[in-house]
Amino acid sequence: MENMINLTIDNRPVSVPKGTTVLDAAAGIGINIPALCHIDLKGTCVKNSPASCRICVVEIEGRRNLAPSCATQCMEGMVVKTNSARVVRARKTVAELILSDHPNDCLTCPKCNDCELQKLVTRFNIREMPFKGEQSTRKKEVTAAITRNMDKCILCRRCESVCNNVQTVGVLGAVRRGFDTTIAPTFDKDFKDTDCTYCGQCVAVCPTGALTERDNTDRLLDDLCNPDKVVVAQPAPAVRVALGEEFGLEPGTIVTGKLATALRYLGFDYVFDTDFGADLTIMEEGAEILHRLKAFLGGDKSVKLPIMTSCCPAWVNFYEHNYPDLLEYPSSAKSPAQMFGAIAKTFWAQKMGIPREKLVVVSVMPCLAKKYECERDEFSVDGNPDVDYSISTRELARLIKRSNIDFRSLPDTDFDKPMGESSGAAAIFGATGGVMEAALRTVYEVYTGKTLPRLEFQDVRGLDGIKEATIDLAGFPLKVCVAHTLGNARILMDKLREGSLDYHVVEVMACPGGCIGGAGQPYHHGNVEILKARSRAIYREDEGKPIRKSHENPDIQKLYKDFLGEPLSERSEKLLHTRYFDKSIK
Amino acid sequence: MSELKLSCEAVRRVEETCEKFNNDPGELISILHECQNNLGYLPEAVQRIIARKLGIPVSKVYGVVTFYSFFSMTPKGKNPVSVCLGTACYVRGSDKVLEEFKRVLGIDVGETTPDGKFSLDCLRCVGACGLAPVATIGEKVYGRLNPSDIRKIVSEFDD
Repeated sequence: MENMINLTIDNRPVSVPKGTTVLDAAAGIGINIPALCHIDLKGTCVKNSPASCRICVVEIEGRRNLAPSCATQCMEGMVVKTNSARVVRARKTVAELILSDHPNDCLTCPKCNDCELQKLVTRFNIREMPFKGEQSTRKKEVTAAITRNMDKCILCRRCESVCNNVQTVGVLGAVRRGFDTTIAPTFDKDFKDTDCTYCGQCVAVCPTGALTERDNTDRLLDDLCNPDKVVVAQPAPAVRVALGEEFGLEPGTIVTGKLATALRYLGFDYVFDTDFGADLTIMEEGAEILHRLKAFLGGDKSVKLPIMTSCCPAWVNFYEHNYPDLLEYPSSAKSPAQMFGAIAKTFWAQKMGIPREKLVVVSVMPCLAKKYECERDEFSVDGNPDVDYSISTRELARLIKRSNIDFRSLPDTDFDKPMGESSGAAAIFGATGGVMEAALRTVYEVYTGKTLPRLEFQDVRGLDGIKEATIDLAGFPLKVCVAHTLGNARILMDKLREGSLDYHVVEVMACPGGCIGGAGQPYHHGNVEILKARSRAIYREDEGKPIRKSHENPDIQKLYKDFLGEPLSERSEKLLHTRYFDKSIK
Repeated sequence: MSELKLSCEAVRRVEETCEKFNNDPGELISILHECQNNLGYLPEAVQRIIARKLGIPVSKVYGVVTFYSFFSMTPKGKNPVSVCLGTACYVRGSDKVLEEFKRVLGIDVGETTPDGKFSLDCLRCVGACGLAPVATIGEKVYGRLNPSDIRKIVSEFDD
């Protein structure tokens, strides 16, 4: 073929399309060249290849210097050595030099056993530290969601690429020069004083322990052991398709039943499900979509369209910081986790006779921004938050291991009633396009009064950055759009500001792939196949559910009958809806 | 880093500078240069305007400002003091001259006195090596300096 390049890597012939890097060509024939600063979540826009760390160097015949394979394109007739003595020694020296300004406190590092630098040290057989020099002492910061310890930073710039190019949030960047170079939020401020959305994608790609989550596991252990507290769990949809990875199960293994059992064994008094909150979200948001649509079709010019989803707390932060002039477009519906908290601490607590201050609602989330969301003032009553705090999928895995629970051998159990019942529509909230699909299932049937001929909306599934579809609502063409990553959201919001965004409903998720690629999930280390496997599992979970539409969830129906009345009722508005604030930096 | 409100006039000048360079992100350094010349320094508010006009993240603007020692985020004093630490001046004792400036003015390199009268910087060679060690205050050059001269020189600037 014309556009194919033939070369030899480690004496093995290989043929690759023009433009392929040596690193990718080698990977294609099972030669795994180590890399550190490089990350490429193929099929998404998450990429960083500055060729700055020099771990991935290879020897190319006829070239004097070693070449970084992540940034060197294959050429016809190239002869590459990835494992010559010269290369192996150079790589080891590069790693040793990185270690010379690293705290090397691996034993107590939060990233221990998940650190890419640590793995290279083992792989390169480094058994002593030959270089001793000055150690940098950089800022440490613990925010609501993210912990920053820049002494562990190796200046790979992955976080900078993600924050600026993928999310277009523009907070993290390299400042100063030489030995003083560090990655810092703008103007060396604390995260809370910047435009940081707490999406946490910087944490998701950090190869070392420089950026990690704020750890709430000790706090949770204390509550679980406190006999005066009633502790309630609500795990998010995306957690059950990723948690297994932490225990050596294949990516995409569904562990819903084991998850419920593990939470019980940990000592949670009630094990409910955020999916219940997701069904509730569809009821409220769906009603809002219909309300705005009907007003629009009735000729009301002031109605704000498109209506935008509001489940993702990083996305909420993003528009509060960057688009304060457009705050009337997003749905006022709270996120599923917050809806769950609001119902648990009112309806359910009253029914059970548990005083609010005794009740601890803990969410298990694939997300770090959820930690921040719990701390928003409007989500608490007299200082008592609706959701007390959130732990990530990774934190839950650590807690399970620490509590001597053999996860793989756990039996399956169901979630408790009534807030553990959910539909397949709720399950798919975890993947990009899922909230849209779940909303469409309900909106279609409520609007047309007919049963959907086919539940699956394939056009809004998959990893494309911006997806669109037109749905026939009894003759009315409903135009919808789904975006993931905040960079793609920015494209839509800029169009909206110009007045050229021609949709009725828009879904946005901040993380690549949606919540399955959230910053609280087991680290993907740049392997996009893991995200794809989780996504497939999400849709399998949906298919396996007896009820697949939110409005058919019997416990949701009962909640409206017994307590809320109907969607957008006065009580629903009070408990399940919120408002947004101008948080732009002036 | 004091957070101060820019005057409308200053905002307009920054925007004009960006427009003069066609809001081209490739001209970031030239734009920063000109803004610093106009305003004396590059406070946060100025960097935010530049980022917005050029359509680049403010993190990038801040990264460039901190990378080059020429750029400053603190306002310069009315009389900016620069001590030469070039080779010729250094071997003739400019490090001691610098120490004496620090002591007399009570500030460190890169800082400005609280009354705004003096700021202190060091540079590499003003092209007057025959006069080493050399310092400049504003446009005026002082040569063959001795640490014992400094207090008197500074007092020349008393109003």
